[in-house]
Amino acid sequence: MSIGRTLYRKLVESHTVAVLDAQNVLLFCDLHLMNEYTSPQAFAGLHEKHRDVLVPGQNVATVSHVIPTHPGAHRVIQDPAAALQASNLKRNCTRHGIALFDTNDALQGIEHIIAPEHGMIRPGMVVICGDSHTTTYGALGALGFGIGTSEVEHVLATQTLVYRLAGAMRIRVDGTLPVGTTSKDLILMIIGRIGAQGARGHVVEFCGSAIDALSIEARFTLCNMAVEAGARGALVAPDQAAIDYVLARAPDIADAQRERALAHWATLCSDTDARFHIEHRFDASQVAPHVTWGTSPDQVIPIDGTVPAHGSATAQALRYTGLQAGMSLQGLAVDHVFIGSCTNARIEDLRAVAAVVQGRRVAPGLRAMVVPGSGAVRAQAEAEGIAKILVDAGFEWRLPGCSMCLAMNDDILEPGQRCASTTNRNFEGRQGRGAITHLMSPAMAAAAAIAGHITDVRRMTPGSTE
Amino acid sequence: MSEATHRIEGIAAALPIANLDTDQIMPKQFLHGIDKKGLDRGLLWDLRFTGEGVPRPEFILNRPGYAATRILLAGPNFGCGSSREHAVWGLQQYGIQAVIASAFGEIFWSNAMNNRLLAVLLPEDQVQALMAEAAAGPLVLAIDVEATSVASPTRTLPFTLGERHRTMFLKGHDMIGASLEHRGAIEAFARRHWDAQPWVKDVAARTRARLDVYAASASPR
Repeated sequence: MSIGRTLYRKLVESHTVAVLDAQNVLLFCDLHLMNEYTSPQAFAGLHEKHRDVLVPGQNVATVSHVIPTHPGAHRVIQDPAAALQASNLKRNCTRHGIALFDTNDALQGIEHIIAPEHGMIRPGMVVICGDSHTTTYGALGALGFGIGTSEVEHVLATQTLVYRLAGAMRIRVDGTLPVGTTSKDLILMIIGRIGAQGARGHVVEFCGSAIDALSIEARFTLCNMAVEAGARGALVAPDQAAIDYVLARAPDIADAQRERALAHWATLCSDTDARFHIEHRFDASQVAPHVTWGTSPDQVIPIDGTVPAHGSATAQALRYTGLQAGMSLQGLAVDHVFIGSCTNARIEDLRAVAAVVQGRRVAPGLRAMVVPGSGAVRAQAEAEGIAKILVDAGFEWRLPGCSMCLAMNDDILEPGQRCASTTNRNFEGRQGRGAITHLMSPAMAAAAAIAGHITDVRRMTPGSTE
Repeated sequence: MSEATHRIEGIAAALPIANLDTDQIMPKQFLHGIDKKGLDRGLLWDLRFTGEGVPRPEFILNRPGYAATRILLAGPNFGCGSSREHAVWGLQQYGIQAVIASAFGEIFWSNAMNNRLLAVLLPEDQVQALMAEAAAGPLVLAIDVEATSVASPTRTLPFTLGERHRTMFLKGHDMIGASLEHRGAIEAFARRHWDAQPWVKDVAARTRARLDVYAASASPR
């Protein structure tokens, strides 16, 4: 009698070209995304060995990390080295016939925003990218994970990877997320509970009524940040919401092909008797807005909690963030608010920000910036009137890119500046040397922008100031 | 680095920091190259240098006797975070040949192995014992890759290394060349795969073409 298979195992087995040994398989990759900073050395390696790109049509690239976000009709990358990275990407894509979303493409954006929004991510695919947040695509039942540049070269040359098998973890979340909380708060809580290496070595499958109730965009946020718990991938079995999302963006899947696709996607779930190496359960009704206090995403507390006091890692983190054990984060003044990144720069995120800031003003002396995830998100936000609400409130309304999430462009904080950020990493120096990052949801960041300090968005009444 | 690596011997420096991420190992300002050059300069920049670019004398790699450090004794989850392989290239260009820790960030671990930077997994108590030994001053460790053991003046600790990676270290390995030997199987797989799921074939190229047509019709210029 065969033992049931996990969704993860089904995805790996359906993409295994050859079993190399007990731990490694040659894994076929359906879609390979590239950016301007982790791909150049891969192309150079390919050219040095006189190798070609095996299947160009399964590869796509975008200029995302170094691109400036200042508003303007035509973007020019001022930094010569960064400009060379962008022009080099274009040269490589042109040479090999690879699809590109170039600097001044109206649809340019963060790789993990543009790929799904244009229907490139489909359930059951294996998707890789030289970027750790490729776990995002699990939201659509696709196995996504980040790779290094040597592996980028390997995929270009072979459309496969030598893939080390991961363990299977299941995280079940039942219950209902309270008003004022989001999947960002949920994933921050989970990372806080299981730790920055709690899912290391595993692909996490999220399930349960709370996950079923999440929008697809909320699931992107959830799966995106699973890597901050060390996960090698994150999955949500595709349901009707996922299928509707994909079909609305993939007009090529039509007629008879649509029937075949639906039949295939219906098989993309873990069998009832599938076994997981580790299982966790959480109650969504217990989730409060979460904010990080330290320099690792697992150093996080509910907004009504206090900074903990234990461990040597804690001491160094507190030295860096300038906080003390036992204190509350509420009332902590921030210099900057950043809304953006592959974690939280989609239209639903911007709607959540607009709902909080509508009719209010950004606190005096505070700089608040919104960097939409893509040209399409930016255009939609403008069409919906969201951009006007944000600008009227005093936010800077920027062009798309990774921007201050990792500060590879000129959106960088000064030493000592404290930032309420919708991004994914609060590492030392991530947003600028000596700068302090507090990770939170878009609504919480919006509330901080209005209040001038970290505050509980649940206590803000709609349409009035605190 | 393509020559065979059987033995790594040299000064070990302790970096007892948990979750030391690749942003700290190789900060953003050093990621603007289109080649791999010059990354030794950026290694652990904020830890090695002050904001004014002056070496921090108290940082382990700046102390007397550590200029020739070859091995890092690191805290758990070393190399977590960003996928940037620049972290591995920078470590190697600086002269680091091996990192010993109880756990590594997953992508960093693959990147290290693919570049033959040896990532040695030891239990946390053993890493801490080696760190304690290193606290007295520059400690020389010898790693025997063939025998998979780490030797300090007082102890020899075995570690496990998958057969595949052990061979890569001992003999060198053109992984892409090896995978291309499966080219026939890859192409046969792709044909079957696309026959069953035609909607994934050329998904990037077809999407781009559709968007180009749409853009052309939306703005007739």
